[in-house]
Amino acid sequence: MAYTEDDLKKELETKEYEYGFYTDIESDTLPVGLNEDIVRAISKKKNEPEWMTEWRLEAFRVWSEMEEPDWANVNYPKPDFQNISYYSAPNKKPKYDSLDEVDPELLDTFKKLGISLDEQKKLAGVAVDVVMDSVSVTTTFKKTLAEKGIIFCSISEAIQEHPELVKKYLGTVVPKTDNFYAALNSAVFSDGSFCYIPKGVKCPMELSTYFRINQAGTGQFERTLVVADKESYVSYLEGCTAPMRDENQLHAAVVELIALDDAEIKYSTVQNWFPGNKDGKGGVFNFVTKRGLCEENAKISWTQVETGSAVTWKYPSCILKGNNSIGEFYSIAVTNNYQQADTGTKMIHLGKNTRSTIISKGISAGKSQNSYRGLVQINKRAENARNFSQCDSLLMGNKCGAHTFPYIEVNNQSGQVEHEATTSKIGEDQIFYCNQRGIDTERAIALIVNGFSKEVLNKLPMEFAVEAQKLLEISLEGSVG
Amino acid sequence: MDLKEKLISSYFAFEEQVDTDSEIHDIRSEAIKNFETAGFPSRKDEEWKYTSLKSLLKEDYSIFPKKEEALDYKDVKQYLAHDIDSYNIVFIDGIYSSHLSQTTHDKFDACLMSSALSKPKYKAIIDNYFNKIAPKGSGLNNLNTAFSREGAFINIPKNVAADKPIQIINLSTGNESALMLQPRNLVIVGENSQVQIIERHQSLNDNPVFTNSVTEIFAEKRAIVDYYKIQNDRKTASLIDNTFVEQHQESFCSVHTFAFGGKLVRNNLEFYQKGERIDSTMKGVTIIEGKQHIDHNTLVHHIEPNCESHQDYKGIFDEKSTGVFNGKVYVEKEAQKTNAFQSNNNILLTDQATCNSKPQLEIFADDVACSHGCTIGQLDKDALFYLKSRGIPEKEAKALLMYAFANDVLESVKIPELKKRVNKMIAEKLNVNLGFDL
Repeated sequence: MAYTEDDLKKELETKEYEYGFYTDIESDTLPVGLNEDIVRAISKKKNEPEWMTEWRLEAFRVWSEMEEPDWANVNYPKPDFQNISYYSAPNKKPKYDSLDEVDPELLDTFKKLGISLDEQKKLAGVAVDVVMDSVSVTTTFKKTLAEKGIIFCSISEAIQEHPELVKKYLGTVVPKTDNFYAALNSAVFSDGSFCYIPKGVKCPMELSTYFRINQAGTGQFERTLVVADKESYVSYLEGCTAPMRDENQLHAAVVELIALDDAEIKYSTVQNWFPGNKDGKGGVFNFVTKRGLCEENAKISWTQVETGSAVTWKYPSCILKGNNSIGEFYSIAVTNNYQQADTGTKMIHLGKNTRSTIISKGISAGKSQNSYRGLVQINKRAENARNFSQCDSLLMGNKCGAHTFPYIEVNNQSGQVEHEATTSKIGEDQIFYCNQRGIDTERAIALIVNGFSKEVLNKLPMEFAVEAQKLLEISLEGSVG
Repeated sequence: MDLKEKLISSYFAFEEQVDTDSEIHDIRSEAIKNFETAGFPSRKDEEWKYTSLKSLLKEDYSIFPKKEEALDYKDVKQYLAHDIDSYNIVFIDGIYSSHLSQTTHDKFDACLMSSALSKPKYKAIIDNYFNKIAPKGSGLNNLNTAFSREGAFINIPKNVAADKPIQIINLSTGNESALMLQPRNLVIVGENSQVQIIERHQSLNDNPVFTNSVTEIFAEKRAIVDYYKIQNDRKTASLIDNTFVEQHQESFCSVHTFAFGGKLVRNNLEFYQKGERIDSTMKGVTIIEGKQHIDHNTLVHHIEPNCESHQDYKGIFDEKSTGVFNGKVYVEKEAQKTNAFQSNNNILLTDQATCNSKPQLEIFADDVACSHGCTIGQLDKDALFYLKSRGIPEKEAKALLMYAFANDVLESVKIPELKKRVNKMIAEKLNVNLGFDL
């Protein structure tokens, strides 16, 4: 690493929230509040067909009867759902032929985020579907993908262009009545990504979306749907940053993955939303429902690095429906200051010979609370199901907490489930060893934390791994006493 | 009338039988009020997610059994660990049986809760200890407190090692068509003292019995307490066993639970560590079949630094049985240098058997070593084949493996005769004769 001690020090001193800027783009925002008219208006603005409007309304009706869940190990002021504007879109929406035509201010935003589009095009080979305040602004590499028959576009575009696919799969894994936030999302989702990989196609590049929450007081409700048809493969990345805002921002996304027979989906997330300042003020509320469905011999792998958000409530799950299907979950959750995270996974084994692996690493520092909550369920017909779970927690200081809530339910004698969890701190002898070799304590901790998280970091695609590693260091800034 | 209403209205009848001028009466009336608000737990409570009391609550239990039933020693001998020279405190249908018991007031007290609650010489102790650690929010505890009248009272003063183990035996005759029992035990072990206690619940015929028992154990500085629970009741008897342990500096307390019988058994076992260098151990073996349901719910609350806790629960589930393990380790931020281990291993023998495990850690201190492990699986096929290839029939081979599986827990039993007895019970349960003692 060409990154010296001084660099780190400087970075730590100046680092508040580095992506905390606010882009001044005129937004086309709906009045605050939520009722059937707003849902209709959102649908209308997006020029959606009748069935979609009905779908949203149904979700809204269910949502209005639901209560906000409070079982998670997190504390926060409940958001006032009538005080949020449910739609905002950058209102200049020209069709670009080249990057020069793009609103320069927007390009500037991307630069600060470190996603220079042209650079990404050339170097990383990543097709970026940038979601800026809910409406997808630019999509690259579409042609390359189109040649292979891969559909990668915003979900609103998909509703227009591929209604049969959307109609067939939307809401099949996460029903609109699934939970409070999923229902809310189904009613008001503004945009998101849609991806369809046709039969037998291996997607040649990593697909990725960057999310930004931009407009003050705007909730963001993303909807992602990834369908991998038989024998196909796709690796999907999602990365997030948000500008610094004083009031809490709500984010309730839904991600649905469908892996048909013999297909494989790899879904990686780096989440670095504004976590609130040192006194726990502000920060993003992140209530996400992510779930994948595996048909026969299919595989879904979730990898996540969670360093941001004031409150995280997120359980990427796998439903292992088909025989021989595989579910994986690799997670690093870092909490500092007053952050709270309640995250984990659900592995529902329905098919025979299904396998799942859970590796979860929690690091808590400052006054934060970090919980792992996971369910491994082996149903009666899931012969020879196998699960291995490992949850390790690292505590820094005695003002934070680490919690483990695993639920293990086995109904089949041939199932084999193993779960182990440990909680510890960074060993004094480890730090001493590093100090002895001229590595100062702060660097030593970064080193040890990286080692602790290695199993998960290794699962990330290359360019993400580097970013994630740096994120870990920055997130734990000043947490060592 | 449902059971809750019945209990609340019977409380007035109960009041007439006991002294209402004492402070205990205030505790009881407060408890019945609390029970009225809290009621019985339902599956909506997170702690009761996997265990439903519904089937128990629909019986029409008689709450006040008829007067003392005389039983011959020979009829109940088998339920006492008779080969152990011990003090015995025996209750028949919740009423003390003097001719089956052997109590003492010699160097220490091993006697009755009823006398401790009423005699002035115990007042100071009761004031200090009675109902001090049983959580006030739980409906079942409050219910027991409200009706607390009888049970075992064991008070070991400073620097005394009890010369022999103490057995607490609760027998139910089945003379009532359905009976509800609420024994209340209090165990106080003074500084540098030591005691071993064996507790057992047994019904003598197939009429349903519902026992809601509360035991409070206090281990003062450097005390050593070993508590063994034998649960091998008939499949019509149900038990909710609530045991709370408060430990002080350098004390050692272990609770072993051998859960083989009963229709529905729920063990709530909670340890509170109020001092440094404390060791808490809880171990359990569960072997059940049929439609039995056994639920172990444990909590260790680490409050002070330098303490240890060990949990080791093994379960073997046959036929349509259900096993639940819900263990929690809670480490306060002051409790640095805590070592907490929790392990739960289960074997499922059929596809109808179910096992739900929820081992939890809640940790607020950084300098700790806490871990938990949980496995659910089946007998090792290779090991089974190895034994079979050496001429051991399948049934015996399986039993051998299960013995080995449960042995970790048996090994720490300190009373040799008891160990033997439990071994015998396991052999009976597995329906094998290995021809040797393990």
